[in-house]
Amino acid sequence: MTSPPLLDLIGLSKSFAGVRALDDVGFAIAKGEVVCLAGENGSGKSTLIKIVAGAQPADAGSIAIDGQVQRRWSPMDAVRAGIQVIFQDFALFPNLSVAENIALNQELSAGHRFINWKAVRAVARRGLERVGVDIPLDQTAETLPVADKQLVAIARALLSDARLIIMDEPTTALTEREVRHLLDIIRRLRDDGVSVLFVSHKLNEVFDVCDKIVVLRNGRRVAAGTAAEFDISSLTRHMTGRDIAAESHRRAAGADARELLRVEGLTKHGAFADIAFSLKAGEVLGITGLLGSGRTQLAKALFGLTPVDGGCIAVDGRPAAIASPQDAIAHGIGYVPEDRLTEGLFLSQPIAANIVVGTVDRHTGGGGLLDRHGLKAEARRWIDKLKVLTPSPDLPVQSLSGGNQQRVVLARWLATNPKILILNGPTVGVDVGSKAEIHAIVAGLADAGIGIIVISDDIPEILGACARILVMRAGRITDEVSGEVSADDLALRLAS
Amino acid sequence: MPSWATRNEVIVALVIVALCVVTALINPSFLSLATLFDMLRNGILIGLLAIGVMLVLISGGIDVSFTAIAAFSMYAATMLLVDLGIGDSLLLAFLISAGIGLSLGMINALFIAGFGLPTLIVTLGTLSAFRGFLLAFVGSDLISNVPPAMRDFSRSMLVRGTDAAGYFYSLPTAVLFLIAAVVITWFILYRTMLGRSIFAVGGSREAAARIGFNVRATQVFVYGYVGVLAGTAGLIHASLARVANPSDIVGLELEVIAAVVLGGARLTGGYGTITGTLLGVTLIVLVNNTLVTLGIPTTWQKVMIGFLILLGTGLPAFQARLRANRMG
Repeated sequence: MTSPPLLDLIGLSKSFAGVRALDDVGFAIAKGEVVCLAGENGSGKSTLIKIVAGAQPADAGSIAIDGQVQRRWSPMDAVRAGIQVIFQDFALFPNLSVAENIALNQELSAGHRFINWKAVRAVARRGLERVGVDIPLDQTAETLPVADKQLVAIARALLSDARLIIMDEPTTALTEREVRHLLDIIRRLRDDGVSVLFVSHKLNEVFDVCDKIVVLRNGRRVAAGTAAEFDISSLTRHMTGRDIAAESHRRAAGADARELLRVEGLTKHGAFADIAFSLKAGEVLGITGLLGSGRTQLAKALFGLTPVDGGCIAVDGRPAAIASPQDAIAHGIGYVPEDRLTEGLFLSQPIAANIVVGTVDRHTGGGGLLDRHGLKAEARRWIDKLKVLTPSPDLPVQSLSGGNQQRVVLARWLATNPKILILNGPTVGVDVGSKAEIHAIVAGLADAGIGIIVISDDIPEILGACARILVMRAGRITDEVSGEVSADDLALRLAS
Repeated sequence: MPSWATRNEVIVALVIVALCVVTALINPSFLSLATLFDMLRNGILIGLLAIGVMLVLISGGIDVSFTAIAAFSMYAATMLLVDLGIGDSLLLAFLISAGIGLSLGMINALFIAGFGLPTLIVTLGTLSAFRGFLLAFVGSDLISNVPPAMRDFSRSMLVRGTDAAGYFYSLPTAVLFLIAAVVITWFILYRTMLGRSIFAVGGSREAAARIGFNVRATQVFVYGYVGVLAGTAGLIHASLARVANPSDIVGLELEVIAAVVLGGARLTGGYGTITGTLLGVTLIVLVNNTLVTLGIPTTWQKVMIGFLILLGTGLPAFQARLRANRMG
């Protein structure tokens, strides 16, 4: 007789305000098994995690631990059963030290009323050792880089005798190298007999590390099986419910295309130095590099968000002084930031308002009054053109999924009629289906003569979208490759 | 610049030293035991209140009702002691006043932890309600015949004497309450799980709940603790003044919050130190005292305090921005 699975989910259902978020979902996780929960945004992954973590009750269905159906299931019950969830925000205390962030959990569940700082540090050191990393114990968590925050969260989870660690989109904010490190850690955990439920929509990672894959779509379990039973296209089909052609959207500049942008000797001390490149009309140029390579700083400098210390920028063959975003916009440059939630959108404002906010000036009629009908029509036009999926343009942007939000950001810039568009991490946090469509949109824009710079460390994305790729390392452009290189080759050039 | 140089504590300490030097240059008699004890005496009330406010700020809330709690407890307790003729026991006096403070703090806790309402709104409401209730239903006349225990307490000195220049100096025993509050609060914050839960809740409420802290219990403790401190501070104030004036204390709330913020506590929660808070209190008391000595009109005190707040909170924020820009 085989032992019962560590965790068995049986027929879980959950509705929010009449909408079925989960519908009769069940699967099991055995000891030392790495299971991947795949699904697009809104497929019910997050709801499922919250139920397993005890943060939300299920409407129907049950949870069994070691074959025992649990009657009560609070967050504390989940922790006691050895289930630890690492949420996307890591749930760290930004104001507390690394040591305390790791050890507090354990001190608390041990029922200690008093704090013994020596013990806290010892516990924390043990936690970091199990993860195999070294992070200063006294550093305040909010000053840590994202990857380190995640490692702190993992160390913390391991210490509470975790038998199952659930990671919600653990790789979203990580660079390729950090992802590889994380996957190594997951493999180590598995060898130690710890189970991992890995939630992701980055398909290549799913195959790298998982024993078993469960696919959710619209709250239902649409597929489940060992990793060997899936391949990228079948997985994509299950996740999206349709076939997505892996067509190339690469756009190279035509031979006679005019030069839109020329950058020479651009330098910002401590960020990047001596950057030189040119961008032609209709070209999609990729700039890639690890976190801290200066890629984001460069993007911000091109858009006037950070002042540069030297070098020059020419737009359309004429020198352009770009000292502020206003200057950049006046020269026809648009910038879609990496973090669209905080930098790119007015989340609580209607979709329509978000689209036309950059072009309000063009819709002022007599006496400086706004032409409301004109604005509405314009917003509608872009919603149709970019296929933003929404019942009404009057809903707030935060009601949209990640992919649709990104379309709204794009629409805003397209409405300003830019000559050059800088896209920083255009598909971060966007699901597979939307990703392909955003790439197609980008290609379409290039065909229309816009010069596009895609900045990303998502190697498949950059290879799929760009004909020419600049590699940045330590603030300098160290390489220029064509989109024909292999993903492994490019990864090597990034890291070496 | 190293990071310690831009910490609020260091900036505030430097300003304190500078202010002392300037005052001493203009008025050499400033540097005396009498001045020091005077300031300590004046710091007891603000100090006790500030420690409570610091706790609230660390927990991610804000409390503006503590002055009303202090005035209410002070007045109601004095009145009870007088009317019931039980004014001989100092312990009883403090128990009653702190008890009333605790009960009023629990009302805040009920709305904040129980109903989950925003802390500023709740305490703005209770500030007004407590004060109105006090004046309308408890009383609005001065009680100048304070009970014997309180009168004796006001005469009780740890140290007294006359210095070489002939100035009389004395340090009231009441200062022990401030010292005790500092020690107890320090112990709670840095040696107990309860204290860490206050930091944790202020750092991230959600995360605190997820790892199993009882967020509501923490909040109840914080607002109750503020109530006890306010009740105690109120009774000390009435004792030292030998009069229970219901319109005293109220109006100090912004000054106290300013002291705490100057000391580095963040309004967004999670940060605050006792050293910083005490330095902030010292600075506020110093400004209130020395400007008079320097012959600067009292109206300028407010301008000065406002300027110090802008400097004390603006400089570290500015430094952080420079750092962020460099790191990008």
